[in-house]
Amino acid sequence: MIQRALPILFGVAVLLLWQAVVVLFDIPRILLPAPTEIFAALIADPGTLLADLNQTFFHSTLIGLAIGCTGGFAAALLIDRSPFLRRGFLPLASLAGALPIVGIAPIAVMWFGFDWPSKAAVVAALTFFPSFVHTIAGLDSVGALERDLMTSLAASRGQMLRKLQLPASLPFLFAALKVNAVLALTGAVVAEFFGTPTVGMGFRIATEAARMNIDRVWAMIFVVALCGSGSYAIIALAERRFAHRS
Amino acid sequence: MRSRALPIATALLLVLALWYVAAAALNWTQANGDLLGTMSLAKPLLPAPHQIAIEFWNSTAGQRIDSKRSLVFHAAVTASSTLVGFALGVAIGLLLAIVLVHVRVLDRALLPWIVASQTVPILAIAPMIVVVFGALGLTGLLPKAVIAAYLSFFPVVIGVAKGLRAPDQLQLDLLHTYDASRRRVLAVLRWPAAMRFLFPSLKVAIAASTVGAIVAELPTGAESGLGARLLAGSYYGQTLQIWAALAMASLLAASGVGVVVLCERLVIRARGGRL
Repeated sequence: MIQRALPILFGVAVLLLWQAVVVLFDIPRILLPAPTEIFAALIADPGTLLADLNQTFFHSTLIGLAIGCTGGFAAALLIDRSPFLRRGFLPLASLAGALPIVGIAPIAVMWFGFDWPSKAAVVAALTFFPSFVHTIAGLDSVGALERDLMTSLAASRGQMLRKLQLPASLPFLFAALKVNAVLALTGAVVAEFFGTPTVGMGFRIATEAARMNIDRVWAMIFVVALCGSGSYAIIALAERRFAHRS
Repeated sequence: MRSRALPIATALLLVLALWYVAAAALNWTQANGDLLGTMSLAKPLLPAPHQIAIEFWNSTAGQRIDSKRSLVFHAAVTASSTLVGFALGVAIGLLLAIVLVHVRVLDRALLPWIVASQTVPILAIAPMIVVVFGALGLTGLLPKAVIAAYLSFFPVVIGVAKGLRAPDQLQLDLLHTYDASRRRVLAVLRWPAAMRFLFPSLKVAIAASTVGAIVAELPTGAESGLGARLLAGSYYGQTLQIWAALAMASLLAASGVGVVVLCERLVIRARGGRL
């Protein structure tokens, strides 16, 4: 019981300490606002907040994530048919995962305009490679023994995929989703630094920071963090439900 | 090694070919339907690979290194904050991992937060860190390095803490019977065991800190660095400049990972062929 409560206690202690330090040492708000001030900023303007959330999370992030993950998954299914191509593309895709792909944001703005489609495109490009690499690893995770059994039962390629490879790759797909959920949100926020209509969480963070409204910046960061941890938690729950049956 | 060269070369060629086709298709209207013209526009929607290569060459070899037009200059600015941040992040990460392994209470209390913080898009707070440091009178390299450090310390903590715990109870008990101090156990058993986990973490960390350094250059109106170069290119619609900067950023990230791989090889060789 105590062990479960420890992290919560620690979190509460940090919040209290934060509040106390800010009040006692009279720290300027520009440096570090108190948690109460951040909370006040959070509930001060719900309309703007919801608009930002709708733009960045429900449009850029989720749509981009869906496109990127399905794209990577589909590409992996296609390439899995040719071991030769797989050996060629896998190292390239792994390398691409380490590159600063967010940098394509200005190009996406030229192609898709300032609104959310350009951000969704950046998110899709970011999430494509982890999805691709993990799916290939998952499809490949099937043992030779199981493969041979399926072959000896005269299973077709489609049956092999549906009954053996896809179920076996579920844990890998969930791992990719978890990585991508966080990556997508970050990408959507950062892409907005390259130009956006006057709405969005990244836009809000950048403009409020420039105006020195640091309490609003912290409030927005709190919302971003909540979205990130929330989507991660939902995926983890789904994983527990679907991928741990065996 | 040799068996991988041919597939990779094929894949690269396929990507290049697709790129040329896409460039021709996207630039078609801007070039008024002239196929050769699609490959030589000044501000193409999608530049052809050889255009990017030429621009890259002109802005690296064709400029004085200290010139504002030189990509080498901008890359050096970004690389310096990347490296300082990486060093800082790895140092903090190692220290924290060692503390976590030795102090049980902290491990229980802190670890969930460290894991949760990985689900939080740290990059999003980059502009705020830059502004706060600016208000303190700190500008230039330090704020960028802090963001790079913030991004690179998580993978190191998680990886190394796992590695330090990798030795099994039998080995720990043996050292215990020798009356080895905790520091000695760390030096002769835990640390060597953590090597296998350290290098993959370092690879993630160096890539993350490169991205961090570039993004940190965006919101502040920085005048130098690859991020600033990207932003300037997007203001003036200079697609060639953007792509050349992207190529340089990719080169920077890839060589960072390459150096880590090289270190890994050296350590493996020094330890007799295994990690």
